[in-house]
Amino acid sequence: MTTQLLDYPTARLNFRMSLIVARREIRDSFRDWRILVPIILLTVFFPALMNFTARRLVAFVENYGADIIATQLIPFLLLVVGFFPMSFSLIIALETFVGERERKSLEPLLATPLTDLQLYMGKMLAALVPPLFASYLGMAVYMVGLWFSIGWRPTLPLFIQTILLTTVQGVIMVAGAVIVSSQTTSVRAANLLASFIIVPMALLIQGEAAALFWGNHAGLWWLILALIITALVLMRMGIKIFNREELMGNEIDQIRLGWIWRQFWARFSGREENQPYPRPRAWFRQTFAILPQLRLPILAQLIAMLTAVIASVLVANRYPFSPEMQAEITGDNLVENLGYLQLFAGALPTFIFFNNVRVMLLQVLLGVFTFGVIGVFIFMLPWAIVGFAATQFGLAGESASAFLLATIAPHALFELPAILIAAAAALRWHATVISPPPNRTLSEGFIWAAADYFRLFVGVVLPLLLVAAFVESYVTPAVMLRVFGG
Amino acid sequence: MIEAIGLGKIFDAFTAVHNLSLNVGEGELLALLGPNGAGKTTTVRMLGAILKPTTGTARVNGYDVVAEPHKVRHAIGMLTEQPGLYLRMSGLEYLLFYGRLYGMSDAAIKKRGLELFKRFGMIDAAERRLGTYSKGMRQKVGLIRAMLHQPTILLLDEPTSAMDPHSAKLVRDSIMELRDDKRAIILCTHNLAEAEALADRIAIIKQGEIVAEGETAVLKQNLLGHPQLEIRLDRPLNGQITDLNDLIAIEWARGDTIRYRAEEPAIANPQLVRYLTGLGLGVITLREVTQSLEEVYLRVVADQTSD
Repeated sequence: MTTQLLDYPTARLNFRMSLIVARREIRDSFRDWRILVPIILLTVFFPALMNFTARRLVAFVENYGADIIATQLIPFLLLVVGFFPMSFSLIIALETFVGERERKSLEPLLATPLTDLQLYMGKMLAALVPPLFASYLGMAVYMVGLWFSIGWRPTLPLFIQTILLTTVQGVIMVAGAVIVSSQTTSVRAANLLASFIIVPMALLIQGEAAALFWGNHAGLWWLILALIITALVLMRMGIKIFNREELMGNEIDQIRLGWIWRQFWARFSGREENQPYPRPRAWFRQTFAILPQLRLPILAQLIAMLTAVIASVLVANRYPFSPEMQAEITGDNLVENLGYLQLFAGALPTFIFFNNVRVMLLQVLLGVFTFGVIGVFIFMLPWAIVGFAATQFGLAGESASAFLLATIAPHALFELPAILIAAAAALRWHATVISPPPNRTLSEGFIWAAADYFRLFVGVVLPLLLVAAFVESYVTPAVMLRVFGG
Repeated sequence: MIEAIGLGKIFDAFTAVHNLSLNVGEGELLALLGPNGAGKTTTVRMLGAILKPTTGTARVNGYDVVAEPHKVRHAIGMLTEQPGLYLRMSGLEYLLFYGRLYGMSDAAIKKRGLELFKRFGMIDAAERRLGTYSKGMRQKVGLIRAMLHQPTILLLDEPTSAMDPHSAKLVRDSIMELRDDKRAIILCTHNLAEAEALADRIAIIKQGEIVAEGETAVLKQNLLGHPQLEIRLDRPLNGQITDLNDLIAIEWARGDTIRYRAEEPAIANPQLVRYLTGLGLGVITLREVTQSLEEVYLRVVADQTSD
């Protein structure tokens, strides 16, 4: 008897293998009374309690003619009823890898022909399906109870929103927990790190509560969209960093500052092992050689920039300045306002330079915690302002192109490449957690991308910003005065 | 069937395996010996396509461990250091789960699983939860899992640890059968007697490198020198012992017993006996002293340490 070599990987087989993994895990979960009993309580008892609470509250607030509160409270409780059993997905998911690792049952599983994706999907399904099923059941119990007692039924959009919110929240928690679970070596450490999931989820519930109480159902759709994007990003990240190497390679949860610094410095300085430091010329050559690797993030940032400009032009056209404000930026007033710039020119270079450096450091810092999302938004902001101002200028009767050429172009010649390179390098660094480079561990990839960023920052961006600051202080105002007169 | 060339693995700054090359053919068993942390498990994990090598290449059953990892994993049966069972499942349920991952039908899994349970004397426990199994039984289930899909290659990490002598013998017999059935086997063990009994070749690994490799007898010869012999006489030799140095290399002599080494025992021994009887001494026994693999191992490990 021999076994037939399975074709790898096909979508059908991926699903079949994932189901085998998920089925075992689900069966195992349901054999654990510590998981089963709370799920039953939250599925049956808790919705019944919420049902009772809702009826009592409705009766109470109706006495004071505050029917509106009751109308908003019932959907909120529906959301809570769905969320509580869903929170169990976090416990199951946190346990998935690190729990198996602690019990030493992970390695035999990794020795099977399962691909990383099949294993990941299997674990995701196992952590998601039972709590999700419990959530739906709990919500059904709650709604059926209210229907029979006070005749309340959710509207179809509200029903869809609640189902979607519950489901997506579950996916986010599970995807986040699987990442945490695959990157830690003990359940204790995973539980500690789970606060990174619980705290944002708690804030999210508060946000949803606010939206429901205000009756802002359109806002909920936007929230759902944002959550779906977050879930996809987390899943993508999980798929990318979930691999046997990461699961078996990390033996201890320990920050190795010395190792991190050595890796960073080696990459930043360009010094190879047992070799002298490269000469400045060679260092700059190596630094410029990083630029071609930024093609994709540069393209992404250019798209973001274009989006910001288009959006700002549309907004400016929709909300034009009042005639009084338009008068301030045209004719003699414009000349007068430009004249003030001359007074500050001497102090400007330092201010502009340090302001730009500060913004870029803020961009990179915030991007680290948001997979680069906030970094991209910060990059979009000045382009949105420029687009908005140029459009308003045009709407006021001045030449928008003259405005751009006179006020932006001189220093943008240096500043644009600087901020584009910095933003692209930052995006590449931040995206390593979602898409780590091949043949390197996640931590190695992350440190190397960080070193590349700071290398470009020191070697290319800072000199360009310095030149741009001087041009913006001395050249741009002169050009502006020449173009607009004064 | 297993071929590794210049295999290396670096975890961050730590080199776990360095420039390791080995070859295991059909029906051959290679025992991988070494102190804790020597790199045995990392080597097995690389050969099992669980970890990617940092340097070098390895082919298992003709498949590259980096390019075709799932094919490699399909071809091998791996017993990990800890059996790592799902304790809420019964023995048979456990095998059904693993068998399905190898594409086996449920009927085939049950037939083969029960056959293996019977072979290891655990047929009565097949339906029982694994949580109720003893340590040795759990180890045997781990081995059954590795053998379930009839892999052509087996990577076994401490297969008889925690087993009673009877169970250990059953497992050793099964390993011998697998080897005779033309499987290629790598056995990681600290049990040197077991390695000596089972292995065709031994590789001693230390600090991530193979420091000695070969057939047991050859290793002994190379590392421990010529055979050690012991002769017992009917009375002490007293002052005449120095006269023997021309014939043999004496290791030590105590009363009526002498231990020595001889480059060619077939020539030296008859000469020695003739000389001693000429002196009027009676030879009670003459035997070769068994040189264990343990001595070889300790010699190699100690040599490397002193280096």
